[in-house]
Amino acid sequence: MRTIGIIIRKEFIQIFRDKTMLPIIIVMPFVQLLVLVFAATFEMKQINMVIVDQDQSASSRRLISKFEGSPFFTIDGSTFSDEQANDELLAGRSDIILKIPNGFEKNLVSGEVSDVQLLVNAINATVAGLTNAYSNYVIADFNKQMISENVNIIQPVKLKSVDVTYSYWYNPELNYKIYMLPGILVILITIIGAFLAALNIVREKEMGTIEQINVTPVQKFQFITGKLVPFWIIAMFELGFGLTLGKIIFDIPIVGNLGVLFGFAGVYLLVALGLGLLVSTMASTQQQVMFIIFFFLLTFIMMSGIFTPVESMPDWAQKVNIINPFAYFMRVIRMVLLKGSGFRDISREFFSLLIYAAIILSLAVWRYRKTA
Amino acid sequence: MPDYSIIIQNISKSYGQVKALTDVSFQVEHSEIFGLIGPDGAGKTTLFRILTSLLIPDSGVATVEGFDVVKSYKQIRQITGYMPGRFSLYYDLTVEENLNFFATIFGTTIEENYHLIRDIYVQIEPFKKRRAGNLSGGMKQKLALSCALIHKPKVLVLDEPTTGVDAVSRKEFWEMLAKLKEQDITIIVSTPYMDEASLCDHVALIQKGKIMTIDTPAKIIEAYPDPLYKVSGPNMFNLLNQLRNFPKAKSAHRFGDSIHVAMKGDFGQAEIEDFTKEKGHEEIQVKPVNATIEDSFMALMNTNNDK
Repeated sequence: MRTIGIIIRKEFIQIFRDKTMLPIIIVMPFVQLLVLVFAATFEMKQINMVIVDQDQSASSRRLISKFEGSPFFTIDGSTFSDEQANDELLAGRSDIILKIPNGFEKNLVSGEVSDVQLLVNAINATVAGLTNAYSNYVIADFNKQMISENVNIIQPVKLKSVDVTYSYWYNPELNYKIYMLPGILVILITIIGAFLAALNIVREKEMGTIEQINVTPVQKFQFITGKLVPFWIIAMFELGFGLTLGKIIFDIPIVGNLGVLFGFAGVYLLVALGLGLLVSTMASTQQQVMFIIFFFLLTFIMMSGIFTPVESMPDWAQKVNIINPFAYFMRVIRMVLLKGSGFRDISREFFSLLIYAAIILSLAVWRYRKTA
Repeated sequence: MPDYSIIIQNISKSYGQVKALTDVSFQVEHSEIFGLIGPDGAGKTTLFRILTSLLIPDSGVATVEGFDVVKSYKQIRQITGYMPGRFSLYYDLTVEENLNFFATIFGTTIEENYHLIRDIYVQIEPFKKRRAGNLSGGMKQKLALSCALIHKPKVLVLDEPTTGVDAVSRKEFWEMLAKLKEQDITIIVSTPYMDEASLCDHVALIQKGKIMTIDTPAKIIEAYPDPLYKVSGPNMFNLLNQLRNFPKAKSAHRFGDSIHVAMKGDFGQAEIEDFTKEKGHEEIQVKPVNATIEDSFMALMNTNNDK
């Protein structure tokens, strides 16, 4: 125990003596949370629309004014020429073309079907999908009004229609910040923990200090434990710090038990740091470590479900996620924070990660060689 | 107690195609200073890494204080102190923190073995709050020695401890080694400096992974085979080149501000004087000189290369 203690003490002295360390630990959460949470949003605020109104009727103008009234759309041009509108789309100046053909009102009043055409720029599939959905919503609204007005002329009885109202559980206002923040917290503590731990051992190799350590009677597990604990503590601190910032700045809901969250985070970090240490024992330069960790981090983050739901990934991808520690924590942190899940709800993830941690850490201890 | 502190038998080690050590065997007595002398790349570091259990030899057996370096590596690590050629303490820890760290790792304290390092440590103690990275070369080396000694090792392995250290510190360092020897510590030290060889009890001359000779410095010098003359004059460069091609001389090499010339058979001072005059040199001084370790090493190297 004394040996592990002195290694931990030594690591902490070195960490806090490193001038870049404290800024990383304190500033990084601020920047990541403030910048990324605002930036990484799915909400569409400004959809640029070009109108091709070939009808020029009261009804067509009414439809256009509905789009104008929507906070999401900006009408930045109108023309009679299809080509001109297409050019706008091709040049990337507009996101969507609304084409109202001649005879739109006539068909509408005479009770026939009238068409409008929407041409959506689908360079970014997500944006296109959202644009399409918003537009359809506006048109549907217009439709409903037209029907009820026109029907009323003939039939004085007020039309009863089924009114669908939505209620979004766990995030009633579909606030993306609430959705994104826990995910970004996961990335944050992983980057800090895994990178620092991984770079640490290999740095000792580069400096040659590991040579001096290796001739001492330090046992492998003592060495790995001594390297693990300091970064584990820092990453746990980081999680608390990030949550506090989230609560103060974004007022994120903390529905669940924080004890459950931190308990789970503790196990998760064993896996994340263990992976870092494993890479570190195998690599011989910091550069190698950076590339390897970066590769894993990027792959794991993309597949973890931070942006896109895991459920909509293909089957094989979901299987790959079994070895993706991010995916576990990404799910659990949202469950606990937003939904208030208790330990029983996350026990499967908890024990899976526990086994994972045991395997990874054993591998790291086994792979660390005191003899060349 | 085994007869020898370190026994090395037929150790070989290769890195791929490169043979670092070929069939090396020798013994080191208890509480002696054993010098391993040889140029860079001779295999000194490889041998030391094997002795400290950092490397596993391809073949051969080595024991330190009776412990096999491969099987009993755990004991080896308890009883050996190793000072690698490259300064490998923590740059960002202070002198005191480094020493305390290594003491604790070996399960001891600074106080317990302070008597061993006192003579060395008092010299760096005024700087104990300074980070190791900011120490001068000589002080770094004293700190490294203190850290290697703090657990009271029976065997001290020093890999080129004086490389890159000023002349005064080098002298001090060897004085410290002499004192440590009296504390019943076996010291095996490598160095590229020939003048340090005479400070050892035994030296092994090593080249290209092979031991050329092992003996006391005095006997190695005694065994020097040829009459040796010291030649000096104003135009040293030409003189050296001409003496190298002198048929009656066996070898000639630069030695400080003069040239050491080994003569063949019965040739002597007169032949050198005649030869230099013939080549147009003036004010040439020639006198017989006793061989040094360096001369012996050069001679051995030449015979080895001729083989």
